[in-house]
Amino acid sequence: MNTETLMGDEAIALGAVHAGLSAAFAYPGTPSTEIMETLQAMAEKGATTADGAKFVAQWCANEKTAYESALGASYAGRRAMVSMKHVGLNVAADPFVNSALIRIHGGLVVVVADDPGMHSSQDEQDSRALAAFARMPCFEPADQQEAYDMTLEAFEFSEKHEVPVLVRITTRLAHSRAVVKVAAKGRAQNPVDKAPQDMSWILMPAVARKRWKALLGKQADFRAYAEERSTLAAASKKLGVVTAGLALQYYRENLEDFVAAEGEAPSHLHIGHYPIPAGKLRELCANVEKVLVIEDGYPVVEEALRGVLPTPIPVLGKMSGELPLDGELNPDLVRAALGLPEREGVPAPGLPPPGRPPQLCVGCPHADSFAALKEALLEYPTHAVNSDIGCYTLGALAPYNAIESCVDMGASIGMARGAAEAGLRPTVAIIGDSTFYHSGMSNLVDAVSHGTNTTVYILDNQTTGMTGAQPTIAPSSRLKDLVIGLGVDPAHVRVLDAHKRSHEASVKAIKEELAHPGPSVVIGVRVCIEAYKKERAK
Amino acid sequence: MKYDIVLCGVGGQGGISVSVVIARAAMAAGLDVKQSEVHGMSQRGGEVLAHLRMSDKPVASPIIPRASADLILAFEPLEALRYVPWLRKGGAIVTATAPLKNMTNYPDPDAVVAELRKIPGAVLVDADALAKEAGNARAANVALVGAAAKYLPLEASALEAAIKDLFARKGDAVVDANLRAFEHGRRANP
Repeated sequence: MNTETLMGDEAIALGAVHAGLSAAFAYPGTPSTEIMETLQAMAEKGATTADGAKFVAQWCANEKTAYESALGASYAGRRAMVSMKHVGLNVAADPFVNSALIRIHGGLVVVVADDPGMHSSQDEQDSRALAAFARMPCFEPADQQEAYDMTLEAFEFSEKHEVPVLVRITTRLAHSRAVVKVAAKGRAQNPVDKAPQDMSWILMPAVARKRWKALLGKQADFRAYAEERSTLAAASKKLGVVTAGLALQYYRENLEDFVAAEGEAPSHLHIGHYPIPAGKLRELCANVEKVLVIEDGYPVVEEALRGVLPTPIPVLGKMSGELPLDGELNPDLVRAALGLPEREGVPAPGLPPPGRPPQLCVGCPHADSFAALKEALLEYPTHAVNSDIGCYTLGALAPYNAIESCVDMGASIGMARGAAEAGLRPTVAIIGDSTFYHSGMSNLVDAVSHGTNTTVYILDNQTTGMTGAQPTIAPSSRLKDLVIGLGVDPAHVRVLDAHKRSHEASVKAIKEELAHPGPSVVIGVRVCIEAYKKERAK
Repeated sequence: MKYDIVLCGVGGQGGISVSVVIARAAMAAGLDVKQSEVHGMSQRGGEVLAHLRMSDKPVASPIIPRASADLILAFEPLEALRYVPWLRKGGAIVTATAPLKNMTNYPDPDAVVAELRKIPGAVLVDADALAKEAGNARAANVALVGAAAKYLPLEASALEAAIKDLFARKGDAVVDANLRAFEHGRRANP
């Protein structure tokens, strides 16, 4: 055994390598990005699995392609991991849900990092609910040690039960560090060994019906495992506490004070494995007067516990208001839910500090692109500027006030196209290069196919900027040809220098394309300041 | 023994990275350590925050509860003010005094400093000047750690070892400048 200080993301990466990982695939997304970054940094330094074999660690165009690559590696009999942020799982939802039906061959672990509190996201959806939707087992580590251990456990479980396993973490676990005991030597990789040719990977209706029955049949085993792995400690009869994942730490933080105040600890059930261990929940609730559920994200366990009929004992948690339904959990919220008084600190300052919103870096090319666009749009009192996910979403704030929507990866082009088809013109879609490769191209194909009068403005900063400057899936030099290849008239594909020095030329070109009655693409090119600094520091 | 530190500043200041210096020194001293920080969109010129917890018993929550931090180490005065609700009674604040006004509604800097001075245990340090004296303007963060050193349950030598360790790959000149900045910081708050 060795000890290392690891972030949750790093612990998962190391766990995967020690589990005999052959291939990992991902698209960057906070707070999951560091899983792939860690694997790539390890591979670059020559790290191998126990048998001395190298492993593959690749960024992909999006979460769906990453997921499908991982499926292929599993088909080849090898252990594969795919990692993403919570909203990335929406993009990968098609392979995700269907992959629960096939007979997984090499272990397949799906790591999804949720972002309760929306530190860097558009929503705070809870991936435990999506695992249940797909009838897929879900493991939820409570700290960095478990993040490491459960990754190994998930690969074992996946191969034993021939099903993918979703490992759910949250921002706070992904991005906090703790000391982790790790194996000195991991496991060797599986040999290449194609999945048996028994139709179990061919989800045509006749087969899919059988596979669906097979998956439903496995649920009892999944549940039995979750029952066995959850821990119930009987104590006070007055209060039962259920914790899930990282919430355990916020409960532990307050336990000493609770015992000092109440004289005894609550009875406690901790859940780290799903489907929800209903038997253990019933066992806890049979012996206490009321139960408090502490979980970060949706009230997944609480909702199951409540059902729709009256409960025999009061159930407290997010749905009853003891804890908030939204936002990230923390030790103070849990303290209040346990009925403990607030800690007394120093008096609050008389000057409430105004918030400091994030903003574009000094010298960011996006700022110059926004300036050119705003000037070009001056002659159109009515227009739409639909934008997308990336640093350029900050264009919504002062001093830019340049964009009007941000919904999901790739939505800018689809929305600008739909608005134009509905009669609102001119419309502009602002999208970064990485987001364009991720989910913008198919929308542009729609625009070409229907001759939509819209202008797509690709902010090509040659990187995936917001997540810390990861390489994009295609180099900037190929973007123009790619757009032309998708069918946009080359006369209406304009490449601009995204810099103040070229402001007048940019405004003129954008104006011309706004006036063009069909689909047009403007590409503003200049490397991201952060990516430039990162490259120079190498 | 437990010791909780809130480190705060503005995205791009690079301040949070010095939490590694303290964390490594604490681990070398055999303490359990948890450290939590925020990445992603909030890094871009907005507030950045790290929590660093050390204890001779296992640390549970990666987040410090309110009114429990033993020290607020701030790389910007308005950010120091923002996290005062995390300070325990009798805790210390060590903050840089130079305002970073990348917002339109930044309050009067003198008023910010005046508010901080009202808090017993607040130490205001011109970290930039200390770093310049030490010969490396970029070592302001380490100077600030020096100014906070006397509160930490760690030996100065352990912190120095961690500084050497952290900056070793940048060469001797950078290591020496940071050690000097640390020493200047210590002398500023003896």
